[in-house]
Amino acid sequence: MNDATVVETKEIYDKGIEEGAAKLTPEKIKQVYTQMMNAEAGARLKTYVENCVSCGLCSEACHFYLSYDKDPRFSPAGKVRQTMATLMKKKGAVSVETMKKISEIASTECNLCKRCAQYCPFGLDVAFVMLFVRRLCHKLGISPHYIQDTAHSHSVTGNQMWVKSDEWIDSLQWQEEEAQDEIENLRIPVEKEGAEIFYSVIGPEPKFRAQLIYQAAVIFNAAGLNWTMPATPGWDNSDMAMFTGDHEIMARIKRMHFETAMRLKVKRIVMGECGHAFRSVYDMGNRALAWRMPPVEVTHSIEFFYELLRDGKIKIPEKYKPTVTVHDPCNVVRGRGLHEMLRYVVHATCENVVEMHPNREHNICCAAGGGVINCGPPWKMKRVNGNKIKANQLFETKSRGAETCVAPCHNCHGGLEDIIHHNEIGMDLKFLGDIIYEVMEKPERV
Amino acid sequence: MHAIYNFVSGPLAWVAFILFFGGILYQLISRAILAKKKDPYVYEYWSFFYALRSILHWIFPFASTNSRNRPVLTIVTFVFHLCIFIAPLFLFAHVSLIYEATGISWWFMPDGVADILTLVVIGACVFFLIRRLIQPDVKYLSTPTDFILLGLVAAPFVTGYWAYHQWPGNEFMTILHMFSAEVLLVAIPFTKLNHMFLFFFTRGYMGSEFGGVRFARDW
Repeated sequence: MNDATVVETKEIYDKGIEEGAAKLTPEKIKQVYTQMMNAEAGARLKTYVENCVSCGLCSEACHFYLSYDKDPRFSPAGKVRQTMATLMKKKGAVSVETMKKISEIASTECNLCKRCAQYCPFGLDVAFVMLFVRRLCHKLGISPHYIQDTAHSHSVTGNQMWVKSDEWIDSLQWQEEEAQDEIENLRIPVEKEGAEIFYSVIGPEPKFRAQLIYQAAVIFNAAGLNWTMPATPGWDNSDMAMFTGDHEIMARIKRMHFETAMRLKVKRIVMGECGHAFRSVYDMGNRALAWRMPPVEVTHSIEFFYELLRDGKIKIPEKYKPTVTVHDPCNVVRGRGLHEMLRYVVHATCENVVEMHPNREHNICCAAGGGVINCGPPWKMKRVNGNKIKANQLFETKSRGAETCVAPCHNCHGGLEDIIHHNEIGMDLKFLGDIIYEVMEKPERV
Repeated sequence: MHAIYNFVSGPLAWVAFILFFGGILYQLISRAILAKKKDPYVYEYWSFFYALRSILHWIFPFASTNSRNRPVLTIVTFVFHLCIFIAPLFLFAHVSLIYEATGISWWFMPDGVADILTLVVIGACVFFLIRRLIQPDVKYLSTPTDFILLGLVAAPFVTGYWAYHQWPGNEFMTILHMFSAEVLLVAIPFTKLNHMFLFFFTRGYMGSEFGGVRFARDW
């Protein structure tokens, strides 16, 4: 467990935090804090921070706490104590150094997974508090560099990865051509007004994981569905501004996304296997736009695949052979209760499934979500070491024969990939789409 | 001594009760107004069904995952909370005082039982104190306020037990008993002891969100 000590004692340099902090003064911090408290702090924040009775019942809900040798600073209540409670106690009169540490804790030591809310007897929402702190850091200009860059990208391009509009269309065309080598008449319909489904993806799909668009196209084709993708910004459902606390950009990009669906007159949005994007569409972005529920029906891939398999729209002649285990992504499990549908899909497509424990809505987070992986290389080892508990879970399933881990979420993929690699677990990692594409019957349709 | 006794058992008691009930009302109303202004979705997502479902899962021992993970703490906590309500509310001395003052009376328990319940409360407070002192995460989290509040909760029970058993200085202890209980009553709405009534709202909201929006269990 020496790694933990190393990570803890080593100062991690983050350009965004440092350069932002260089422009700050204690007076400025106090001024922004006071403005924000007056304008935005509500009954929930007040109660969540002031009502914690320091019972420590949340500690063991947190993977960081469990992985860092039960260091109390990593307990959810401990993180609140070091951040918002300190700020409130001192009424914002904290030093620039303290504020840097606060930004670090809120942005890189909490995945906003809400597991602690399930372990706190009062149901105090630490993720909510951490998001409030991140918003304060955003207003102070001390968000971590890498995630701030993605928020800038959202602002400029409407997507997370600086993908230019022509590159987006090119990527779709490229994947269509690739797929046509396999299924001759396959199309990726773009700008098809009145289609039933608008398939939306996250920025990294055209950028790094273009084969996922290919696979989705094959699945849509086999199921004979009437679907489309837009040619304009609004195709990206992801949202890192939500995680930096930049509510204004969050609202702008969500609006762009929903309005694209309305312009295309689709019946619903089906989104790729991404957890945080679902949180943005279903939980936070819609609220920022004053929608109780998303204004357009949104279906996550897990539910979509469940429908396809349940209704026999795609056929599985032979199931996936290697034994698989299932990782539940927080944002669609604790965020939307899709765990049983996930199991339906996995059991319908895989021959042998072993469960990791705890699972379903009590799952342990991947430590990448909540924007933590998006804080980039400086913080990578902190998060990888901060999830030894997940490594143990994976090892344990491997000992029961698991060769593949199914994780239907992009952030989970990134996080688990690093955990598997660093701990030399030797396990394949797959999306549901990967497995379905591999085992499904692929009729020549269209 | 008599003058102090009369003051503590008379006017001060009234002040304490007024501040207690008034404080609860103030906290609930001010938070409801603040929530309406700053957290409007609390009202949007609030569901009595899901709120109650969550509250019940957390109010009964071993109905939540975390309470099953820590059986000893669960039992101590549950018994402690039960006793701090039952012991003072159904104590013969209290019931008869209220009867003399208002003419209203209700069931009371035998003094021997009250004695046991009081000892249970004191024992639980000692348990919590030790836990705060030795369990690393709880120790790290504990602030001076947490210790003061624990002492404040224990005080009326310790002094009450002392006074009832007529140990030396019991007259003084009786006064201290009433005084500490009055301080406790006033402290409840204005410190984190307000979880006595805010619990139903924090838990209820979390239950509503998990039940009605997230479709996941929050216990």
